[in-house]
Amino acid sequence: MRFIDEYRDAAAAERYARAIRRITTRSWTLMEVCGGQTHAIVKFGVDALLPPEVTLVHGPGCPVCVTPLELIEKAIEIASTPGVIFCSFGDMLRVPGRTKDLLTIKSEGGDVRIVYSPLDAVAIARDNPSRQVVFFAVGFETTAPANAMAVFQAARTGVTNFSMLVSHVLVPPALEAILSSPSSRVQGFLAAGHVCTIMGYTEYEPIAAKYHVSIVVTGFEPLDILQGVYMCVKQLEDGRAEVENQYARAVRRDGNVPAQQLVREVFRIVPRKWRGVGEIPQSGFALAAPYEQFDAEIRFGIAALGVDEPTECCSGQIMQGLMKPHECPAFGTRCTPDHPLGATMVSSEGACAAYFRYRRLELAPQNGVTSRAH
Amino acid sequence: MCLAVPGRILSIEGDDPAFRSGRVDFAGVAKRVNLSYVPEARVGDFVLVHVGFAISTVDEAEAAKVFEYLAGMGELAELQDWENP
Repeated sequence: MRFIDEYRDAAAAERYARAIRRITTRSWTLMEVCGGQTHAIVKFGVDALLPPEVTLVHGPGCPVCVTPLELIEKAIEIASTPGVIFCSFGDMLRVPGRTKDLLTIKSEGGDVRIVYSPLDAVAIARDNPSRQVVFFAVGFETTAPANAMAVFQAARTGVTNFSMLVSHVLVPPALEAILSSPSSRVQGFLAAGHVCTIMGYTEYEPIAAKYHVSIVVTGFEPLDILQGVYMCVKQLEDGRAEVENQYARAVRRDGNVPAQQLVREVFRIVPRKWRGVGEIPQSGFALAAPYEQFDAEIRFGIAALGVDEPTECCSGQIMQGLMKPHECPAFGTRCTPDHPLGATMVSSEGACAAYFRYRRLELAPQNGVTSRAH
Repeated sequence: MCLAVPGRILSIEGDDPAFRSGRVDFAGVAKRVNLSYVPEARVGDFVLVHVGFAISTVDEAEAAKVFEYLAGMGELAELQDWENP
C-alpha cells in the first residue's frame, strides 16, 4: 500500500539506525506519545535497532487505556438499560469495569454494537427511531472532529434519539502533567502525528520552551519513528529544545482548520480523569451547551456516578514513562489479554498488550530486566 | 485508536460541506469516506482516513523527504568518515 510499504524498508531503517548510533554520545530518554507508535515500535523491533544509550518509554496516547473506570461503569449502566442500542469502537468492549465489561453485557442480551465510525451510530439511530442509540465517544484530538461531526449531523437532521457518552482527552495537558512530575525522566517527545494532523503543533512550542524538552512530531511507520528519534536525539545532543515536524506529509503547522472549527463549535474544554493517572485540569472535551441534549450522561441521569480506581494495575506509571510493562509484577501472570487487570493489557495499542503479544517469551523469564536484541 | 490509513479518492459527491463524501480506494478496497475536513481534496488525491473521515491530504513532495533526508545524512557521514578516517 502506497505511503505505508516504502516506510518499512529494512535497509533504510538500518541506515537510520546507524545514523542515530553515530550522533549519540550520552544517555537519552524519549517518550513516544501515541499508542499506535508504541505498537509499531514493539511490532517492528524499532527499539532493538537503537543504541543502548537511547531509551524509549511509552506514553499515555491510548484512549482506551486512559478512559477512567468511572466512564466504563457509566457505559455498562447505559448499555444494560432495556431498549438501548449501545455503539462503540471494538477496543472498548473488553476493558474491565468493576465486575463486568461491555462484552459481558452483550452476552447477557444487551444490544451492544461495534461500529467503525461515529456516523454509523447516527445511521443506526436514524434507522431505529423508537430506540435510544448511544455512541461511546472516546479518543484524542484525532477522533474529536469525527465525533463532533456525528453530533452536528444528528442535530442538523433531527436525529433526537442519538446521544454520546463523551470521554475525550487532549495530549498537551498530559505532557505537562508528565513533565511536572518530580520523577519524570523524559527528555524528548515523539509527538503523536495524527493528533497534530488535526491540531497542528503550535501548542507544543510553549511546552518545549517551558520544560526545555525536545519535541518531534512523528509518524507511525518504522522509518518515521527512526527519523523522529534521529531528529530528537540530534536536538538533545545539540542542546536544542524545539518543536520539529518529521511527519510533514500529513501534518501542517496550523493543523486542519475546518476540523478545529467544528470541534470548537460542538465541544468545550473540561477537566478529565485519566485512568491510573488521576484528574488533569483542562485535559478533555465535553459537549458544549448548545449540544447538551446529546449528552448521554444527562439523558440517562448518571452524571454523578463515581467509582474509585483499583490499585493493583500499574498502567498509570507505565503511561507516564516511570516503568515498562514487563517490570510490573502482574505482567503475564495475573494480568494477561484474556484476564486483564487494566486497559493497557486490553487495547491493541496498549503498551502491555504490545509487549505481551510481540515479546512475551523474550522478556518474561527475566522479569524486571530490559532485554535488548544486541 | 488514532490509526489513519492512506487511500486515493475515486469520486466526490455532495454540495453541503458537512455531508461532502466520496469513495476512497485502499489498495483495491473502496469505502465511502466523509470529506468535510479536506475541502481542498480532489479526485486522484491521497487522503489519510480515520474512523470514516479524511483528516488530511497527503503531501507527496513531503512524503519523499524521509528518503531525501536519509540520502543527505549518508553523504554527510561519508564526508565525516573521509575527514576522520
